[in-house]
Parts: sequence; structure tokens; C-alpha cells
Amino acid sequence: MTLPDPLRPDRSFQGLILTLQKFWAEKGCVILQPYDMEVGAGTFHPATTLRALGPKRWNAAYVQPSRRPKDGRYGENPNRFQHYYQFQVILKPSPPDLQGLYLESLYAIGIDPAVHDLRFVEDDWESPTLGAWGLGWECWCDGMEVSQFTYFQQVAGQECAPVAGELTYGLERLAMYLQGVDNGFELNFNGLQGEDKVTYGDVFKQAEEEYSRHNFEYADTEKLFRNFAEAEKECKALLTAGESGDGSNERHRQVLPAYDQCIKASHAFNLLDARGVISVTERQSYILRVRELAKACGAAWVQTEAGGA
Amino acid sequence: MPDLLFELFSEEIPARMQRQAAADLQRLVTNALVDAGVTYEGAKAFATPRRLALNIIGLPARQPDVKEERKGPRVGSPEGAIQGFLKASGLSDISQANIESDPKKGEFYVAVIEKKGRPVIELLAEILPATIRTFPWPKSMRWGAASVSSSSLRWVRPLRGIVATFGPETEEPEVVPFEIDGLKAGNVTYGHRFMAPVGITVKRFDDYVSKLEAAKVVLDADRRKEIIRADAKNLAFAQGLEVIEDEGLLEEVAGLVEWPVVLMGSFEEAFLDVPGEVIRATIRANQKCFVLKKADGNLANRFLLTANIEAKDGGKTIIAGNERVIRARLSDAKFFWETDKKVWREDKEFTRLERFRNVTFHEKLGSQFDRIERIRALAKELCKVTGADPDQVDLAAKICKLDLQTEVVGEFPEVQGFMGRIYAGQIGLPASVAAACEEHYKPVGPSDSVPKDPVSVTVALADKLDTLVGFWAIDEKPTGSKDPYALRRAALGVIRLVVENGVDFDLVSLLVHHADRMPANDAALTAFELVAFFDDRLKVNLRDGGVRHDLVDAVLTATLTSKVPGAANSRNLLLVVRRVEALGKLLETEDGKSLLAGYKRAANILRAEEKKDGEDAFEAPADAARLVEPSEKALHAALHAAETEANAALDKQDYAAAMRAMAKLRAPVDAFFEAVMVNADDPAIRKNRLALLAALRRVTSRIADFSKIAG
Repeated sequence: MTLPDPLRPDRSFQGLILTLQKFWAEKGCVILQPYDMEVGAGTFHPATTLRALGPKRWNAAYVQPSRRPKDGRYGENPNRFQHYYQFQVILKPSPPDLQGLYLESLYAIGIDPAVHDLRFVEDDWESPTLGAWGLGWECWCDGMEVSQFTYFQQVAGQECAPVAGELTYGLERLAMYLQGVDNGFELNFNGLQGEDKVTYGDVFKQAEEEYSRHNFEYADTEKLFRNFAEAEKECKALLTAGESGDGSNERHRQVLPAYDQCIKASHAFNLLDARGVISVTERQSYILRVRELAKACGAAWVQTEAGGA
Repeated sequence: MPDLLFELFSEEIPARMQRQAAADLQRLVTNALVDAGVTYEGAKAFATPRRLALNIIGLPARQPDVKEERKGPRVGSPEGAIQGFLKASGLSDISQANIESDPKKGEFYVAVIEKKGRPVIELLAEILPATIRTFPWPKSMRWGAASVSSSSLRWVRPLRGIVATFGPETEEPEVVPFEIDGLKAGNVTYGHRFMAPVGITVKRFDDYVSKLEAAKVVLDADRRKEIIRADAKNLAFAQGLEVIEDEGLLEEVAGLVEWPVVLMGSFEEAFLDVPGEVIRATIRANQKCFVLKKADGNLANRFLLTANIEAKDGGKTIIAGNERVIRARLSDAKFFWETDKKVWREDKEFTRLERFRNVTFHEKLGSQFDRIERIRALAKELCKVTGADPDQVDLAAKICKLDLQTEVVGEFPEVQGFMGRIYAGQIGLPASVAAACEEHYKPVGPSDSVPKDPVSVTVALADKLDTLVGFWAIDEKPTGSKDPYALRRAALGVIRLVVENGVDFDLVSLLVHHADRMPANDAALTAFELVAFFDDRLKVNLRDGGVRHDLVDAVLTATLTSKVPGAANSRNLLLVVRRVEALGKLLETEDGKSLLAGYKRAANILRAEEKKDGEDAFEAPADAARLVEPSEKALHAALHAAETEANAALDKQDYAAAMRAMAKLRAPVDAFFEAVMVNADDPAIRKNRLALLAALRRVTSRIADFSKIAG
């Protein structure tokens, strides 16, 4: 299947997404849709956080809209958005030549290693809120970081056995590079020209402005503090409720809903952080509280069927 | 003699780990060989982003044979003992054992066990996999299907191939036969990831290096560095520019490429409005590129990148790509710079200081705002002793942390301080105030320079003293090797600021007063504990400067002892240092040495006699009427004169003069011991003479505690 011209990965944002989806579908991944909650990165999607745990094979790829409230710049900075897309690939166990597969995917979107300088530069990845770490690289194309490449060692406090490989493509940046555009809002979204052309700015500029105001000025902090506490409480309650309780080896029955609450707490924290109402010392304790939830979810997940129990 | 070629081919190894890893590989393998009794002529290890390689030349084919003697039981021992010996030594019959005799034990059996040396290739087949398994990577990982087991192989990144060949130059080498987690040692490696990815069969180091080179891999990191350095220089020279040397960056870049290709790119002249340090920090930290300067020393609008590939288009695409990234980075930097300047221009009253109320300095020490207020108060007091302009000091203390709020510093923490100076200069603040924004962090370490401008000195002292008092007040002192708040460095900074600028003040009262500004604590206790810490740091500092440890002790003791009226509760760092210097000079003279000897003699006699008569038995002044010998009378007079003269000199803090007064005691002390017998038969005369010696001890202690001085 060749994509029609407007959907070439160097012509349109959506063409880039379609090309990556097609590439990884052909490599045997299930192509999922974004998780329907506010998350800070593709890693938060349970298809990564939870599915990375346990012995079962798992190959998936998906786009994940990601929100980092603090990165908002009121639509004034052409490179920094509080909402953006990540393309996430998770392969468990990590295949023998994951680097080769990754480079092949770059070739598929038009990055030819004969003319580009492609590099794997050390990047020890760690997510304090998820209780996760791994080793890998930032992948550079001509001096620009276009992806993150990580071999997960631990996720949600659990050792990964086997290890999963995670690839995260920063879609806006990659598209800007491919389209030769310096301003993210000028990205061609649909690949059409003239009146039919829709840009990234047409789709998201107003949102960037409004959400920046929201994140920095209007978000109701009292409500957010309450949300955090409630989510934390419910996460713990669900984890307790889902336990078999009688000491038998029955599986856990409430991990995914509990994990949703962990995501909620994390997002509430990110918004509070952007609003500047969390001091440096408090910040650390909030991160720890989210991590405790994530770890509890991880421990419960390995007691489920998908977690290998 | 055979050589070993060993290569560990992996996914990209972090640049910062490569050099150490090569050294570790060499150490581990050669140590294991030596432990097995195998010597070699030479060894050298190499690293690229994708491989560690080791070449060991001049190995023997076999491990040397060893003879081992094992003592057995006496001849005629019971059968059980004989059988046990045979079993343990591997003999089949006792007739194979030698019989030796010993005058004490008589005749006994000795088994001579000849251990045949094993082929070295066999040893290597054990040593090499053991080396891989125990390799000391700072951080290692598991990967792939095998990682389902927690005991699977760990490496810095996935290990993809092993080359291990062994054999003499004249023959086809053998592959060292071993396998580790399904990875089999062989004789095939791979060239450059993109330019020559196919397998290459290698024999030994010589052809390995040349075949790699043909496959676009420069094995030796130092050669890669030289290539980059030379190519960078040439490219710069062609444009009439000079590369700004950056050894750390060069080392890192050489660890990021197997085939270095240096290319020059440029950015818009307009970005040069941004301070050079910021441009350099941006380009270095994010892009790992070198920057260049023009003949006039100013930054040029060029940069040098090191690619890992000879691109089909000669590097046009790569340069264009890097230029775009750098443009974006510099746009950010410029945007930050302009935004910051605007803030500094518009908020002339520095109302944004209020924002520091929301920034915690330390949970127990309040906000950054509280800290700045404390620094201001302390700096104000310090003006009296530094002679700095109080208004300038107050302004400097108030704004010295303000650049922490700037966008540029938020992005590049390493230009903190420097940016404060630039922004303060931009809005026309006095030069001393601007300088203090940067210099109040100094000296950062023992090799860093100490500020001279009184405004900088004052704020630097206040900043460091506030840190020290604060962490002492909340009991967060350095312990052993742990000093997370760099408090030792801060104390050393205070000492150097004081000494190198001649700041003359009493630390104790200042610390007690400042400790009162901290949240609840025992101010006096905090201050005195901190003074003891300063004493320790001072000793270390002076010792590092070649000053004798005992002299420092002698002065520190003398100046804290309660025998010195009025000086009990004070500590003046500057005066301690000056006094130590003067004491050192005194002790270099003949007079000083003799006086010390006389003092020691006096002190020894006193110690012995005080044991009989009691601790303070001789402290009462000598009775002039009971002095018999002329030398007694002379010493009595000299002590009185020296004490008067030394006191006068000490009042003026003229330590050289005080030492001169002491030196005058030498002759009368020597004469006294020459002519006088201290322990006279007449108890009254004895007591009087001992009182003279006690007076000597007392008078010298005004200068230093001579008992602490060695020699």
C-alpha cells in the first residue's frame, strides 16, 4: 500500500502518523488508539506501564496525546506546547535487533542514513512518578533528538522480566524536520494545499492559548488538591477491594481502574505544579505519593491474567 | 608467541564510560592471566561507541608447569593416615611418594605433584567469559528474551558479538572457544553502522585495525580526537577563525563517532547579541558542537559539528539539519535573553523579589526570600569590617540571587551568577554591584580566585556564613565523606576571603548574632560549634599551604585559652593566620629555636615539680627580694620587659614585634639554665625559681601555646 501524495510522511502530520502505524503494524504490533485520559507521556498508557510487566509477549504501537501543563507558552513559542503527540512503540521481549528495526522505521518516513547523521546518544531514562527506569539513548538525526529509545529495566517498582524495548517518537519535532518547517504551528496537518490546507496551528493554536491560561492562571487549585487526595484514596481503596482477601491465590480484580486513579493523581499534580503552588520540598513528597500508587498498581498487575499470574 | 585479540561488540556505549571501560577490560584480563602464572609482553585496550577491544601480545601457548610438594604422614603411620594422604595428593601407591627426614619429626612422606600447565587458549576460554560476567560497568542492563531470568547476562547496552582469536603471528589463529548467554565467540566483527555494516573476518590485531579502518572505523579514541582537533583547526583557519578549545567536549565527541567527519555550519549574525557564554552553553550542552572566535576574540557566527558519516551529498543535509536545530536553540536563548532584559528594565524596584517567598530554600530554613533578608542583614554588619559602601552592599545582597528567576539561568544553570552580572550591568547598576552578583559565589573551590572588590567580598562572606550558620542551626553538618551542602567548601571560602583580603573581625560574636536570625536553635551553641569547625578548616587550609600543623594548634590553643584575659570568647581568623606566620618566622631564627628549647626545659621541670607541689603551686609571682644569682635577677627583669613589650605589640596586633619581644628572652633563659640550679636546697629559693619558670610559661603563652610545638 502506498499512501497518496498528501499523506506522504514529509507532506503531512497525519501522513507521518499513518506511515509509522503502517510500519509497526507490518512488524506485528497491535495498533492501539490513545488512552482516554490526561497523561504526561505515552509511557503512562496502561499498554506500556502495565503491559511492560509480566512474562507475556506484547507488541503494540499507538499515538498518545500528552499533556505537560508547565510547558505551555500561550502559543507564543513555536517549539514548546503543553499538549503534543507521542508515537509510542512497546515490544516485549525486546527483539534482537531493535536498533535495526528503529532505523528501518526512520527510513520508512524518509530519513535516509546515507545522507543523515543518525546517532544513539546516552540517555538513562527514569520516571520518578512511575517508579520506572531503563537504559537507552536519545536518537539524534543531524543533531536533533527525534526519538527516545529505552530498554525498560523496572516499571512501577517491578523488575521487567523479560525486558521490553520502548520507542518514543516526538511527532511534532519529527514532522517539522521532515516538512522543513521551523514553526510547529505551520506544520501541514492534512497535506493539502491552498484553501484545503489545514495546519497544526489551525487545529491546536487556540487550545495552546486557552490551556496555557488555564494551567498557569485559572485552574482551581483547591479543587485540584482535593482531586489529588480523592484519586489517591480511591486508587488505594480499589487495590484493596480487588484483592482476593482470603489469602487464596486468586487474581487481582481491580488493577486497571485503580491505575486510572493513579493517572488522575499524576495529572492533578502536574497542574498544581504549573500553577506554582507546590514548593520544592512538597514537590518531592507529591512525586513519591504518585510513585507509591504506581508501585502498588504494578504489584497488583502481576497478579492478573495479563500480568502473567 | 601467540597474541590475543578480544573484541566486545555492542549497541552504543555511553561516551563518558568508554575510556574507563577499555582500562577495566585490560586490567581484568591481564590480572587474571598473571594470577594463572601467565606472563605477556604487552597489552593495549581500545574503545569506540560500539566496541571494546583488547590486544595482548607475546603470550605463551601453555601455562608454565608447576611442581607442588605436599607433606604427608610419618613413615610407619597407621594405614588410615597413609590412605588419606594418597587420596588427597592423587597418588596411587605410597611408593610414588618421596621420603624425607627431619631431625625433629623423623622420616615422613612427601608427594611431589606435577601440575601440567594448561594450554593458554583453554584458560582464556574461562577468563574471557568471566570477565564479561563481572565487568564493572557503572550501570548495566538486561535485554531480550533471555532477560526473563534475572540471572541473564548484563552489559552496558545489549552485547551483540564477541571476537576472540588466539595464535602466533605465523599461523592462522584459533577462535577461543566459549559461549555466553547464547553468544558465541568468533572471528567476525562489523564495520561502521551505516557505511560498512557487513561482517568482516579478522585474524589478529594488525589486520583487525586495518580492516576496521577500511570499514570506516577508527579504533583508537586518541586518534579520533586528533582527527577532530586537526580538521576543526583547518576548517577554522580557512575562515580566519579560531576554535575555542574544549577538551571535555572533544573527549565526549570522540566517544560519539567511529568515523569522525568535522563540518562547519553557521547561524544568523543577529544571534550574536546574546552573550557569548550563553551561545556557547547552548551549542555545547545541547548540540555537542564547538564554537569559534574571530581574530578580535569575539564569538563568530559559526559552529563545528562532528558527524559520524561521510554523507552522499558531502554533508549538506547534515549541516542544514544542525543549523536548523541550532537556530531553534538560539532563538530560544535569544528569546530568554530579551525576556529577561525586559523584566530587569521594567521592574526597577525589584518587586519580583517577592516571588522568592514561594521558593523554599530549605524546609527548616525558610524561603529564598528569608535567606536573602538574612544575607542583607549580615552583609550590612560586615561592611564595618570590610570597609565596603553599605548602600552598594545592600543593593548587591538584595539582587545577588535574582538571576535565578531569569529564563536564561532556568535553561542553563551553569551561567548562574554570570547572568546576574550581565543583567545588572544592562540596567546601569554600579559596576561593583553587578560584579558582586557573580563574585559572591566565589571562591568556588581551592583553585578558584578570591574576589577583591569590597562589595563582592562582603556579600560573598555573608552568603557563605549564612549557609554555614543555617545548616549548623538545623544540625545538618558534614559527616565523613558526606557534605551534601558543600559546607566545607563554604568555610574554606570564608577563610580565603578573610585572609586574602585582610578582613579583621571577631567571628564568634558575629556568628552568635547571626544564629539568632535562624529559626529556633541555641545560638551560642551553634556559633561555638561552628568556630570549632572553622578551626579545623583553618588547619587543613594552612597545612595545604605548607604551614606546620603544630604551629596552628599552638596559636589556636593560645587564643582560646581562658588564661588570656578578654580573648576567651573570640576567634579572629585573620589574626590567627598572621600570628601563625609570625610564630613560624620566630622559630626559623636561632633565638626562636633556643627559646623553644628553654621553654621545653622549663615546662618539663615545672611538670615534674607540680606533681609534688600541686597544679598551680608556682603561679604566684616570683619574689624579687629572694633572687640570688645575677642570672636569676636578669631573667626576672627580662620577663617583665618582654611581657610589657609583647602586650603592647599584641594590642596593636603587631605579631612580628611580639615575637621580637619573645626572642629577647632567649639569652637570659639560656644564661639562667647555665648558672642556676632550680631545685635548690632552700625550699623558698626553689619555689622562687620555679615561679620564674612559670612566669616564662605564662609570658610565652600570650603568643602561642609552646607546648603544642614539636621539636
